[in-house]
Amino acid sequence: MTEHRIDRHPILAVTPRATIPFRWRGVNLEAKEGEMIASALFASGVRTFGHHPRDGAPQGIFCANGQCAQCLVLANGKPVKACMTPVRPGMRVDPMEGLPELPRVEETPAMRPPATREVPVLIIGGGPAGLSAAAELGKRGIQTLLVDDKDRLGGKLVLQTHRFFGSIEAVHAGTRGIDIATLLEREVRALKDVDVWLESVALAVFSDGKVGILREGTRYALVSPQVLLVAAGAREKSLSFKGNTLPGVYGAGAFQTLVNRDLVRPAERLFIVGGGNVGLIAGYHALQAGIEVVGLVEAMPECGGYKVHKDKLARMGVPIYTSHTILSANGNDLVESVTIARVDSRFRPIAGTERSFACDTVLIAVGLDPVAEFVEAAKEFGMTVLAAGDAEEIAEASAAIFSGKIKGLEAARALGLDVENTPPEWTRTAEILKSRPGKTTEEETPDEEEGVLPVLHCSQEIPCNPCSSVCPRGLIETDPSDIRLVPRFLGRAEKKACLGCERCVTICPGLAVTLVDYRKDPEYPLVTLPFEFSGERLKERGRVTVLDTEGLVLGEAEVASVRAIERNDRTVLVKLRVPRAIAKRIAGIRVQEPWIAEALPEALERLTDDVIVCRCERVTAGEIRDLIRKGYRDMNEIKAVTRAGMGACGGKTCTALVQRLFREEGVPPEEVTGPVRRPLFVEVPLGVFAGAEVDHE
Amino acid sequence: MSRAARYDVIIIGAGSVGVPAAFAMARAGVRVLVLDRFSSQGQGSQKAAIGGIRATHSDPAKISLCLRSLEIVSTWEEAYGHNVEWSKGGYSFVAYREREERILKDLLGVQHRYGLNIDWLDRRELLEAVPDLNPDGLLGGTFAPDDGHCSTILLGHAFYDEAKRAGAEFRYQAPVTEIAVRGGRVAGVTTPRGEFGADIVVNAAGPWAREVGTLLGFDHPVTPDSHEGGITEPVGHFLRPMLVDTRPAPGSANYYFFQLRSGQVVFCITPSPSIWGMDRRETSEFLPMVSQRMVDLIPRLSNLRVRRTWRGLYPMTPDGSPLVGRSREVDGYLLAIGMCGQGFMLGPGLGELLARMVTQDDLSAKDQEILEILSPYRPFKDQEALK
Repeated sequence: MTEHRIDRHPILAVTPRATIPFRWRGVNLEAKEGEMIASALFASGVRTFGHHPRDGAPQGIFCANGQCAQCLVLANGKPVKACMTPVRPGMRVDPMEGLPELPRVEETPAMRPPATREVPVLIIGGGPAGLSAAAELGKRGIQTLLVDDKDRLGGKLVLQTHRFFGSIEAVHAGTRGIDIATLLEREVRALKDVDVWLESVALAVFSDGKVGILREGTRYALVSPQVLLVAAGAREKSLSFKGNTLPGVYGAGAFQTLVNRDLVRPAERLFIVGGGNVGLIAGYHALQAGIEVVGLVEAMPECGGYKVHKDKLARMGVPIYTSHTILSANGNDLVESVTIARVDSRFRPIAGTERSFACDTVLIAVGLDPVAEFVEAAKEFGMTVLAAGDAEEIAEASAAIFSGKIKGLEAARALGLDVENTPPEWTRTAEILKSRPGKTTEEETPDEEEGVLPVLHCSQEIPCNPCSSVCPRGLIETDPSDIRLVPRFLGRAEKKACLGCERCVTICPGLAVTLVDYRKDPEYPLVTLPFEFSGERLKERGRVTVLDTEGLVLGEAEVASVRAIERNDRTVLVKLRVPRAIAKRIAGIRVQEPWIAEALPEALERLTDDVIVCRCERVTAGEIRDLIRKGYRDMNEIKAVTRAGMGACGGKTCTALVQRLFREEGVPPEEVTGPVRRPLFVEVPLGVFAGAEVDHE
Repeated sequence: MSRAARYDVIIIGAGSVGVPAAFAMARAGVRVLVLDRFSSQGQGSQKAAIGGIRATHSDPAKISLCLRSLEIVSTWEEAYGHNVEWSKGGYSFVAYREREERILKDLLGVQHRYGLNIDWLDRRELLEAVPDLNPDGLLGGTFAPDDGHCSTILLGHAFYDEAKRAGAEFRYQAPVTEIAVRGGRVAGVTTPRGEFGADIVVNAAGPWAREVGTLLGFDHPVTPDSHEGGITEPVGHFLRPMLVDTRPAPGSANYYFFQLRSGQVVFCITPSPSIWGMDRRETSEFLPMVSQRMVDLIPRLSNLRVRRTWRGLYPMTPDGSPLVGRSREVDGYLLAIGMCGQGFMLGPGLGELLARMVTQDDLSAKDQEILEILSPYRPFKDQEALK
C-alpha cells in the first residue's frame, strides 16, 4: 500500500520514529510508534473503517478527538475508538461490521473501588485556557490538578502551525500555536503545585460534587475539588447535506489532527465548507502539507474569519465561493466529489448554479459550540464552577489564554484565598482578544516610492499588533489603547527612515506585510515576502506568479533570493525583483496552479437521500422534520421515537442539528423542550468502573 | 367549571399506567383526557424503567396483572404493528447462597398456584441457559421462560399512538393544580393549560401521586425512592434472560440487567439503604457499585462499555404492592398509584382493569380479588418477598 505520510513540512519537524507492525483485516501494515490506529490506517490509505449495523453505511473518521464513535474498529477483538487508541506491536485491527461480539473473559478479575482524590482546584482541559489558569494558580502555591484527554498538553494549540494574533506581551503574538503550547506547558510543568494527568478524560460531574475521570483508558478515578474550572474547549458543529456521513467528510479539527499532529496526508484533494478562521486555516495547513485545496464555500456574502486568513488562502490559488453552500458529497464508500450551489438572500440554493468538483475529502468548518455539559451539571449540583476559554465562549486561542488567567485568579478567590483582584487591564485585554473582526477599510498604500518601506496588506480591524511591537524605529503604529485598529506606516510623517530590517514581514501572523526596497533600482524594486512553503518551490532567478492582497494575478516576477533564517521561526523570506508599477501591490506568490480548482464539466446530483442528522443512529433530517410537522416539540420525545441522540456520542453532534431543523420549520425556540443530557461523556467499559485488573493488550 | 371541556375520565399522568389505561378506556368508548406535567409522553419515570416484564412475583395480584401484561406486550407487534423490541428471553433469579436458594424455591409453590410457568434450574442447567454466568459458587436459580423484556420507550409510544388513534386526548405541561369536588363527587381539574371537567379522575401520577392526593386532602402512603440505571453500547447477542441477583452487598440490594434486541445491555440497581425523595441527580457511587457486581456475576461484561446512566423514582408503598381502587371518601377519585418500580410491567394489565372499573358495574371475581389485594385501605403488614 502507498504511504500517505508527510515526509517534509515547511513548519513542522519530521523526526524519524520507530515503525511497529500491525494487521488490518489480516494484512500486514506499519504504524509509527505511539500513533493512533486511525492515523496509522489513514497513512496506509484506509479511510473506511467499517459499516454501520443499522443500514450498512460506511463509517470513517469524523471528530478524531474521541468524542464521537464513528471510527470504531476492533483492536484484538475489542471495539475501540481508532482515533484514541494507540497501535501496539502486532495488534490485530479489523473493521467494525455490524455488532461486535463481546470478548470472552475466562476469569473473574480482581476488583477494587476507585480512590477519591481531594484537591482545591480541578481543571478539565490542558489547552490555552486550562494551562493559563493552572499557571496563575500554581504561581500562588495553590494545589491544582489539571486533567487532559490527550497525551500532551496544549489542546488544539498543538495543531496550529500558524502564528498567533494579539499582542506579543500578552499572548505571544507572532509565535506559532505549536510553540505557544510548548511555552505554556513549560511554565506549568515548572510549578510544583500543579499536578497533570494526561490521557485522562473527564466523564461526568456527579451530584455529590465528584468528577469521574477515565485515566489512560483503563483506570477510573474520582476527584473531589473545592473549585472546578472547566476549560474543556469546544466541539465542532456539524451540517446536514446529502452524503454528509460518507467517509471523507469530517471536521476541520480532525483534519488538523491527522495532518499537523500525526503528519499523515489524509487527502489528496480537499474541499472546505465554512469560511471562519478554522476553515480558512485548515485550507492553509492543507496546502502546507502538499494537499490540493479545490475550493471553499461560505454561505454568507463574506467570510466570517479574519480577512488576512482569507486573503492568504486566496493568494495561494484557492477559490473562495461566498454566498454558496454545499449540496452533497458524492460517492459510494468514499467521497469522490462535492456539489455546491449559489444561495439566495435566504440561503436557499439557486437552481442552475450547481457545480461539482472532484475531491476525496470535504472538511466541515461551520463553527464551534462550547463543551458546556460539565459546567451545566456542576451548576445544577451547586458546585463552585468556572468556565474558561471556548468552554465559556468561543473565541481565538489568544483570548482563551487571557480567559484562563482571569479564571485562574477567580478560582483562587473562590477558595477564599487572599489574592489580588483581576487587574482591569486583563479584563480589557480579554475583551479585545475576544472581539470578532471589525470593519474593513480601504487598504492604505504609502505614496512614496523611494528608499525602503513596508506595505501593510492589512485593512480589517482585528486584535493584533506585533508589527508595531517589533519595529525598531516605531514606524508602524497600532493604537496602543485598542490593538484592534488597523496598523499604519508612519514613514514620512515621522521623518524617520525605515531600516528595512524585515522584522515586520517576519512576524506578521497574517503574512500581510511586504517590504519594498527602491534603493538599488527604483524601476525594479525588490519586494520581500514571507513564504511558509517548502523552499524548493522557489529557485533563485526562477519565475513565480505574483498576486495582490486578494489573489488577483499581477503578473510574473523573478526570484532574487530565498532566505531561511532559523530565528525567523521557519518562515522563508523571498525577495522578488519586480516592475515598479506592481511592487507595492504584490502580497503573495501563487502556490497552487489554477487548473486544480476547476469544476467538473457537469454538476452531479446525489440521488440517495441520506441527509443524516444523528450519525450514531443514522437518523435522517426527513424523519425528524416529519415529526416536527406532526407537532412534536419535545426533543426527548423525538429522541425516543427516532433514537436521534441515543447513540455513542451522547447527542454531541445531532442536538444542534435538530434545533436547527426546528428553526427551519419556523418553530419558536420557547416552544421546544430541550434534551435531557445524561452522563457519560464517552463510553467506558464496566470493568473500568469496577476497578478490574484489565488486560492492557 | 361550566365552560370547561368535559370528559368521562381524566387521567393524571401520561406514564406507564396512565397511557395504557387511556388506551383501554378509549377503546371501550370512554371520552378520556390524559394530563401530564412534562412535555411529552413517558418523561417522568417511564423512560427510566429498563423494560423487564415478568409475572415472576410472589403477590397473586401482581402475578395476574403481569400475566395479562405479558400477553398484551408479546402480541403487540402482531396486533398493532409497532416494533417494541419484545423479547421472550425469560427471567432468571440466581442463587449463590443457600439463603437465596431457599427463598426462591419456597416461592415456587405460590407462583405455580397462580399459573406461572417457572422452574428451578440447577447449576448445570442454569449455566446452559446463561453460559457466561460466573460458575464459582453458583447453586442454581429460577427460570421463568415466558417472562421477557421490551423497550420502555417504544412500548410507551406504541400505547400512546394507539390511545390517540382510539380517541384519547393528551395535554402536556399541564400539572394539575386543583381537583374540584362537588357534593362529595369529583367534578374536574384545573391546570395552567385550562380547566377540564369529568366525573372520574384517575391518579396515575407515579412518584407525584402523593402530591396529587394532597389536592383532595389525602396523604397517600407513596414515597419515591431513587434507583439508578444505565445502558451500554450494543454488542452481538450473548444474553437471553433478564438476570436478577438478590444478594445484598455494601450499598446495594438487588440488581438486574438484560440485553435488548438492539444489543444494548440495560441495568439497574437498588440502593441500600434506600435513597428517599425526588432527587434524580446522578451519584458517583452508582457506576463502581453496579459494575463490580455485574462483572462479578458475568466477568465477560468487563469489556462492555457503558453509554449512558440515569436515575428513576420508584413510588414505594409500605408493603411493596400498588394501591389500586376507588376512593371511599371522594366519589369518582380512582387510585392507580404506588407501583413500587413495577409500573411498566403492571401498566398494560392494570390499564385494562382500570378501564373495566370505569365501564363495568360488576367486576369478575378475579378482578375483585386483585382489587382486594391491592386495596388502598388494606392494612400494611409484611413487605413482599420479591420486591
